[in-house]
Amino acid sequence: MKTITYWKAINEALDEMMEKDPSVFVMGEDVAIYGGAYGVTRGLYEKYGEERIRDTAISEAAIVGAGIGSAMTGMRPVVEIMYVDFMGIAMDQLNNQAAKVRYMFGGKTTVPLVIRTEGGAGRTLGAHHSQSLESWFIHIPGIKVVMPSTPYDAKGLLKESILDNNPVVYIEHKMLYGTKGEVPEEDYTIPLGKADVKRKGKDITIVAYSRSLLRSLDAAKELEKEGIDVEVVDPRTLLPLDIGTISDSVKKTHRVLVVSEDCKTGGTGAEIGMQIMENCFDYLDAPVVRLAGADVPMPKSPVLEKLAIPDKDDIIKKVKEILG
Amino acid sequence: MSDIKITKDEAVFYLKQMMQIRQFEDKIMDLLGQNVAEGGSHLYAGEEAIAVGAMAAIKKDDLITSTHRGHGHCVAKGGELPVLMAEILGKQTGCCKGKGGSLHLADVSTGNLGANGVVGGGFGIAAGAGLTLKMKKTGQVVLCFFGDGAINQGIFHESANMAGKWKLPVVYICENNMYGMSVSVERASAVTDLGKRAAAYDIPSETVDGMDVLAVREAVDKWVDYSRGGKGPSMVVCNTYRYYGHSRSDPRAYRTREEEKEWRDRDCIKVFGRKCVDNKILTQKQVDGIEKEVAGEIEAAVKFAVDSPYPAPEELFEDLYS
Repeated sequence: MKTITYWKAINEALDEMMEKDPSVFVMGEDVAIYGGAYGVTRGLYEKYGEERIRDTAISEAAIVGAGIGSAMTGMRPVVEIMYVDFMGIAMDQLNNQAAKVRYMFGGKTTVPLVIRTEGGAGRTLGAHHSQSLESWFIHIPGIKVVMPSTPYDAKGLLKESILDNNPVVYIEHKMLYGTKGEVPEEDYTIPLGKADVKRKGKDITIVAYSRSLLRSLDAAKELEKEGIDVEVVDPRTLLPLDIGTISDSVKKTHRVLVVSEDCKTGGTGAEIGMQIMENCFDYLDAPVVRLAGADVPMPKSPVLEKLAIPDKDDIIKKVKEILG
Repeated sequence: MSDIKITKDEAVFYLKQMMQIRQFEDKIMDLLGQNVAEGGSHLYAGEEAIAVGAMAAIKKDDLITSTHRGHGHCVAKGGELPVLMAEILGKQTGCCKGKGGSLHLADVSTGNLGANGVVGGGFGIAAGAGLTLKMKKTGQVVLCFFGDGAINQGIFHESANMAGKWKLPVVYICENNMYGMSVSVERASAVTDLGKRAAAYDIPSETVDGMDVLAVREAVDKWVDYSRGGKGPSMVVCNTYRYYGHSRSDPRAYRTREEEKEWRDRDCIKVFGRKCVDNKILTQKQVDGIEKEVAGEIEAAVKFAVDSPYPAPEELFEDLYS
């Protein structure tokens, strides 16, 4: 094992896949000379050249659209959309083209496309650079949605996403790029649609992903001091969702809190919570509870931004409420 | 009499394909009226010379992207009439197993990357396909069909810029039928000479009579050579007219019956058939014989489609993921 950052884990996944397969290429805004707005693709342009690390015009619809067309004809593009907030510009391409062409055309085509993007609050960038839009994407049958929380998951899941023959929206978190974690020296991948129990416990289950996962682990550590034993489950992939692993945990602990950064109304907490109800209602000793982002555009002010998403203290408080 | 220089085989092939498309579309109009076909359909009747002429200029392994008015592209790209008709009726035997229908009629196995229910939906896909062909140096080209309405979509500009900058082998085929549903080019577009839109991205263009199959073939042939040769994208604007309304429910209040008659007088099938006879390439009897033969094919296609089963319930979740 080696210890590397989250951004480096993603960078290594791209590098290893590009080395292995000449049909893998990267395209997006500022991915080549600049190395990506958050530096994720740095060094790849120098190694692979402009043919395979392609700087594009500021044209999100064409970036995703051309990704689809190249994927349908034999390439494995990894396109970068600098901020998930800009996916609105490319949403028709994702929703109406990438997700649907295989089904609409009777299974006669595949779209092995990865859309790498980045979201979340934490840098006081305000409403157009801080959103968590994953619930938009899980409403689209035909795609997969991946949100890694650790360097290990980030690398293994990205490699698997590139190998997958379906469109994958792979969402990084801007506050995780500098976080560190252990990653194997050898080649590995992580299957999509498989949750990971990040911490074992018996009193309550927290389901969380991306940055909220780290905050949930921090909360669990503090709660342990007070004798509360928290199990933390990271779905890692939101679509398809590994409700089996989540249910197994809930059946054991009988209580569950779902934590996410996206707006509460119609958010991932609603979906995960409902699936828990459908799968293990009889095992619950308390209602399913969710902690999510405030239903507001992300405000700039650091004070307001902090209030708009659940933090460690919010999680601790909510767990204690549930346990009575 | 205008001279045309083509072989008899070519004449028969073009005439037959145009008749296949025309009769296919007329038949669908009937089937919609009889409620045998449900839903809607955007018919290609009147525009046949473009699909047939353009496809005559490319190779079998070249690719196309199509539109919501795409039945003609499917036929000309080599789709089989029975499976296309079955698809329009939503049958299991259709080219998309009954999941696409008229709006998404495409047999991908023929190199058709899709009709599109979204106006301009093919632009991004065409650029991406062009990128593959360029990166893999296959020597193929992509024909990207679209209408005068689609050229006002943002994705046209984003992808034309990309294709222009990267010199992708994409030939844009603009089917200018003068109306985006009800709104005329004059009422919708700040620039009515649509070739100027290509010029903005340093893409050369040529405007041709889209009612003349040989004019379309000649122009597309020239620009396919250009784009195949690595010089980048090009555009052919084909002026044409759709005979039916935008869809079945369209009363066509935005255009006059006189205008419709003027275009029908220049009908691509009638005029081409007459030229073939005048130039002694075909006899009138041969022309009539082709029309009759096609009628038989259409009847057989309808019978196949009507007799085919609907998809089984378990098909609902098939083909979503690979």
